Amino acid sequence: MFLINCPFCGEREQSEFKAGGEAHIERPKQPTELSDDEWAEFLFMRKNIKGVQFERWNHAHGCRKWFNIVRDTSNDQIKAVYKMGEKPPVK
Amino acid sequence: MKNNYSIFSLIKNAFSYHENWEKAWKDPEPKKEYEAIIVGGGGHGLATAYYLAKKHNMKNIAVVEKGWIGGGNTGRNTTIIRSNYLWDASAGLYDHALKIWEGLSQELNYNVMFSQRGVMNLAHNLQDVRDLKRRTHANRLNGIDAVYLNTEEVKKFCPIINTSQDIRYPVLGGTLQRRAGTARHDAVAWGYARGADEMGVDIIQNCEVKGIKRNGDTVEGIETNKGFIKAKKIGVVAAGHSSVIANMAGLKLPLESKPLQALVSEPVKPIIDTVVMSNAVHAYVSQSDKGELVIGAGTDDYISYSQKGSHDIVEGTLNAILELYPIFSRMRMLRQWGGIVDICPDASPIISKTSVKGLYFNCGWGTGGFKATPGSGDLFAHTIANDEPHKLNAAFNLNRFVSGDLVDEHGAAAVAH
Repeated sequence: MFLINCPFCGEREQSEFKAGGEAHIERPKQPTELSDDEWAEFLFMRKNIKGVQFERWNHAHGCRKWFNIVRDTSNDQIKAVYKMGEKPPVK
Repeated sequence: MKNNYSIFSLIKNAFSYHENWEKAWKDPEPKKEYEAIIVGGGGHGLATAYYLAKKHNMKNIAVVEKGWIGGGNTGRNTTIIRSNYLWDASAGLYDHALKIWEGLSQELNYNVMFSQRGVMNLAHNLQDVRDLKRRTHANRLNGIDAVYLNTEEVKKFCPIINTSQDIRYPVLGGTLQRRAGTARHDAVAWGYARGADEMGVDIIQNCEVKGIKRNGDTVEGIETNKGFIKAKKIGVVAAGHSSVIANMAGLKLPLESKPLQALVSEPVKPIIDTVVMSNAVHAYVSQSDKGELVIGAGTDDYISYSQKGSHDIVEGTLNAILELYPIFSRMRMLRQWGGIVDICPDASPIISKTSVKGLYFNCGWGTGGFKATPGSGDLFAHTIANDEPHKLNAAFNLNRFVSGDLVDEHGAAAVAH
């Protein structure tokens, strides 16, 4: 259990949030042109990093807005929080 | 040849205060090269090495383990064994394992304390009832024992369950697999380690893999903290850390690693002689031979390798336990822990070749790998030895995420993931 600093509401308990998995997986621009391998890559393959990871979260029991965080998955420490559409802070 | 464990060896060793038991496995330093290396010394990895040596006649095998054997998820699970899965592919896989469990203590000459005390899955709403009935029929078509119980029969089988219709999630029925049950988790790792060691397998503990060496599309060996070890075949059974090892080889897997928690209570006299699982309210409970209640909680929804879960997950499970078993209201919990489980998008495992020749993965067991330990080892050994999957694990290949032919056990497997 840890605290997440929602960019809209401030610091709240993690149980108020829903994890949305790896961030910055871009939706295919031309889905009809995608091969099966490329679909598999987009839909299923994940970096699943042990260490610093960029991920999406949703303040499900709060403002219900989506945003990104940078978190070390080996100790659950949050390094940075940034809004959707913003450039990820450099490591 | 190791001395057999028996009542006579027990008596004999009692005279020397149990101080002269033969070592169950050696503690060797790694050789320069092996025919096959298994990465991960949990139950699945040790079983793989055991069956490679026993059934496929490989003699030069190493199991490398970052910590100590059985110190990961093998020693952290709730020891439930069952095979009542919905889909044909899963039923074949898990029942293969269950059949091996039934003779495992004799085969290994090691008491794994396999106890077929039955596993009951509860239904709490009409959809649960329909799903469980459907699964019962599917199980029976696949030759797996399963019966559907109504509320009175559930109460009769496990009298301490609160079957009042006034609770938030009343018990409307359940399924029972009588051949299912539990086993002693540590003993499974130790028994396979002893058996593998006897056939000449090197079990190398405190040996962490730092890199996988590839020559183009062929694997050449592993870099470890004990130096480079060469091998033509490498089988990775690293559970929550599978993606980490895959990244070392330049591969990506369809896995997410998440914390799964469990807890045990203080020991009490026998009160529950079966395993009861409830998907809807997420509460599993059984009683260990030491008398502790063994309670399984759920996974957190975020990726983490910290082996710690969130408090609210445990709280939710204990709320459900207390509603179903009011008799436990004054029990104190003794220990709580987390393990990192690798979950596939379809909640089914991967026992597969990869695009790299000689590199094999056995992963994605998620929240329910313990029950499959013997079958998983057997089928993974077959896959490594023949460079082809056995027909029972053919459906569990990596390519299913490209072809779309998923084994979608999410919600179908009688358990929430």
